[in-house]
This record gives sequence, C-alpha cells and structure tokens, in this order.
Amino acid sequence: MISFPKQVDREKRLHQAIAFWIARIISYSILLILFLILFFILKRGIGVINWEFLTAMPIDGMTKGGILPAIVGTLYLVLMSMIIAFPVGVLSGIYVNEYAKEGAIKQFVKMMTNNLAGVPSIVFGLFGMALFVNRLGFGASILAGSLTLALLALPLIIRTTEESLKAVDDTFRHASYALGASKLRTIRKVVLPIAFPNIITGLILGIGRVSGETAPILFTVAAYFLPKLPQSLFDQAMALPYHLYVISTSGTNIQASRPIAYGTAVILILIVLGMNLLANFVRSHYSRKVKMK
Amino acid sequence: MRTKIEASNVHLHYGDFHALKGINMQIPERTVTALIGPSGCGKSSYLRLFNRMNDLIDGVRIDGKVLIDNTDIYSIPQSEVDRLRRKVGMVFQKPNPFPKTIFENVAYGLRVNGLKDKKVIGEQVEKALRQAALWEEVKDKLKKSAFELSGGQQQRLCIARAMAIEPSILLMDEPASALDPISTGKIEELIYELKSNFTIIIVTHNMQQASRVSDYTGFFLLGELIEFDETKKIFRNPEKQQTENYITGRFG
Repeated sequence: MISFPKQVDREKRLHQAIAFWIARIISYSILLILFLILFFILKRGIGVINWEFLTAMPIDGMTKGGILPAIVGTLYLVLMSMIIAFPVGVLSGIYVNEYAKEGAIKQFVKMMTNNLAGVPSIVFGLFGMALFVNRLGFGASILAGSLTLALLALPLIIRTTEESLKAVDDTFRHASYALGASKLRTIRKVVLPIAFPNIITGLILGIGRVSGETAPILFTVAAYFLPKLPQSLFDQAMALPYHLYVISTSGTNIQASRPIAYGTAVILILIVLGMNLLANFVRSHYSRKVKMK
Repeated sequence: MRTKIEASNVHLHYGDFHALKGINMQIPERTVTALIGPSGCGKSSYLRLFNRMNDLIDGVRIDGKVLIDNTDIYSIPQSEVDRLRRKVGMVFQKPNPFPKTIFENVAYGLRVNGLKDKKVIGEQVEKALRQAALWEEVKDKLKKSAFELSGGQQQRLCIARAMAIEPSILLMDEPASALDPISTGKIEELIYELKSNFTIIIVTHNMQQASRVSDYTGFFLLGELIEFDETKKIFRNPEKQQTENYITGRFG
C-alpha cells in the first residue's frame, strides 16, 4: 500500500481557499469600482433632480432649468437606431449562421463584422456625416444620427445572433427537417424561438452602447442647444451624452452648470439601466417559454 | 412479404472518407430491422440514407440505388424530398421535443405539411399520442410545455410527433440509449406494437435490445454490411466469424 503524505489534504484545501479568495476579492473590487462611480455621480447629481429638471427646457445658458430635450433626444435615438439595427442585425446573423455555406465568403463576412466592431466610434461619426448628412441629404437629423448609431450597434447584434443560433442543438433542426419542414419554417418556428432569449442579449448590449455614445452623434444629429423638442425625423436633437459633454466643457458658465452635468449623468445611467431591465424582462419572459429541463 | 426498402450497391463518401462500401439489403414491409455494429461502422449513416438526412452534410456523395416502394429516392427531384420525409419518420438518440406545448409538438408535422383544419389536427394528435402509449399520461396537460415531461415520456412524445403525419417507415437512431431501463422497456414494447403499421429500422448498441425487438438484424463493420439475416439466425448461428465475435462481446 502506498502511504500518501499526511498533510496533503490540508494543503489542497488551503491552496483552493487561497485561489478562491483571490478570485473573490478581484470580482468584488470590480463591483466596488462600479458602486463608487454610481455613488460619486448620485451624490453630486441627485440634488438637482426634481420634476422640473426632467420636464423643463434648459434656461439661462444651460445653467438652470431642465434637460427635457436631451432626454427626449436620447430616447428617440436609442429607439430609432434599434428599430433599424435589430432586424437588420438579426437577419444578417441568421444568414451567416444558417444559410451561408462554410468557406471563404462566410469567413470574410465574419472577419469584416469583427473589424466593424473595432472601428472607433468617431470614425462612424465621420462616415455618418459624409453618407447620411451630406451625400443622402438627410442633414444633421435624428434619422442620420440613428442610422449612424445603428451601424455602430450592428456588429454587436449580428455577433450575438450568430452565437445564439450556433448554440441551438442541430438535433432540433434535424427533427424539423425529418418531418418535412422547410429550412425557413424550421428557422422561424423552431430555431429562433430557442435562440431568442440570447438574441435579446445583443439588443441589451446594443442599447447600452448606443445610449452612451457621443462621437457618432457629434456631426450627425446632436445640437448644442435647441429651444424646442424635435418635431420630425429630420430635426436635430439634443442628447444626454452630448449635453453632458457640452455643459462640462463649453457651457457659458461651467461652474454653475456643474450640478446639472451630474444630474444629467444620473438620468443617463437611469435610462440605460431602465432599458436594460426592460430588455431583461423580455428575455426572461421568452426564456421561461423555451426553458429546457 | 412485400419488399419495402431495397438498397443495392450503396456507397457513401464524406469527402475522402468511404463510409459505406457497397451495401445490399432488402427489408420487408411491417418488420423491425436492427442495425448493429461498433461506433463509426456506418450504421447511422446508413439509417439516414432513407430520409435523405445525409443531404444536410456538406461534401456527401452517394452512389448506388435506394428504393422505397420501388422508387429510387436519390433520383427524385429536390422538391420531392419533403414528401419523402413525410413518408419516412425519424426518432433521434436524445429526446428532442421542440420548445412548444405537448400538443403543438405533435401537431407540428401536420402544420408544416399544410394541414389547417383544427378538428383533423386534434384527432391526429390524439391518435398519435395513443399510438405512442402516451395519451393517458398527458391528456390533461396537452397545453403544458413538452419539457415538463420525463425523458422517457419526451422520447415517446417524439415518436408520436413522428407518427402523427402517418409515415409508413420509422427510423430510430438509438432511441433508448439516453433512457433508464423502465423507459427503455416501454419504448421496446412500443416498437413491438408499432410493427403492425410501420416498417421500422432501429440502430442500437444494445445486443439484447436488438434480439428482443427485431425480426431482422444487419451487422456493420468498417462501412461494410458483414451479415444480414433473420435476427434469430444472427444471434444463434451467424454465418460469419466477425458477427459472432461482435455479438458475443469479443470485440467492438
């Protein structure tokens, strides 16, 4: 019989405990940083938030009043860009994963999608200005801004759609084909319902990305100050991230508008959080419907 | 007995890999045929010939003839493949009900093939669930998700799903390998019952199962059909030494 060293079990346990504690401390410190940011912004911003702040126009060179046009503008931009990017992205993802044959073209499309995800957002902004604002003549408008933001979110949505579809076991597809179902029917009735909760994750990521971006809207839609709310897709709009940037760097009286800047940041975070919660709700709703044992 | 399925000199290549090497087999109507052999011997590829499931894999080449009801299923146009798959049902290794209700799982095949009449669909669903010996267990929860059923029940649901569109052939790819012995027993009883209506081909790794449920057995090895005969003959007095070695557990 072999005799194992006596202390081996205690050592194993100790090593394991050390490794887990390191992992635990690291993950908690990330959480801590997140809470610090939130706390910092909330502490300085919460004071200015009241009904007027949410529902009034900015006044006195944006040192007083509310931020309603920026809230409305951001909501428009997020909504419009997702209306454009989500269907296009999901359809592209379906094409890449379900229809495109393995080979050079598919690899190229996937590579380009990845490259697109790595393009700096200011480049999207310049491209949007050149194409949508000037070439297509939309002018600086919600339409041009939403299209630019949609391009930015597209690779995220394509990638998550692709990954979600890839995660659907082939046996479901085969069972459907074996019953004489067409490929389209199989995708619509079997594959998509299974993949949908994960596809929604792409939407959540897209919303998060789009609502916080400043660079892509800089030349395509964002206005320094507007005395009224946008009336159509062809109007310019104010937006929360840009408003934050403006009143922190080039306002008429930066010191006086400092609290408003923090208030704006709080609202921006709450809007992103709210949209994420909504998307999560939708996700878990569908997830329950297709829950596996 | 009428010949339902006839394979003559069938070869199958996956790219450079020669997976089936000149298979000849005649399967009589309303019988159960078991396909046995070690993993990778080609029996599952062979099973998937009959509903053209191999078509889904890139780089597959099939030579020779596969006749079902005297029609060569590899000379029919692509548009006829769906009709072929209506005639040839399939049950897979792992229970794979769709993320739908129990009722909708069974109704799926009817709907995708254009049936709209609710009454007819309802009747067919009940009939299929009865045939699969599942009706009594699920009749009060047809609107519940199929995932709420046990593994064995899910597999019988998949059998009901395959039978609802009234195929004449059922292909089963190790239908009980993921199930416990009691559920396996139920599936085997079911196969025995279904023989009066269907021609069944079952791939199995379980020798006892093959000898219990089948009338004919084919033994595959390295892409070749070594021996095909009545199950009794194969298990009592096989012609070939390789067959005997395999069924007595000396290799494989």
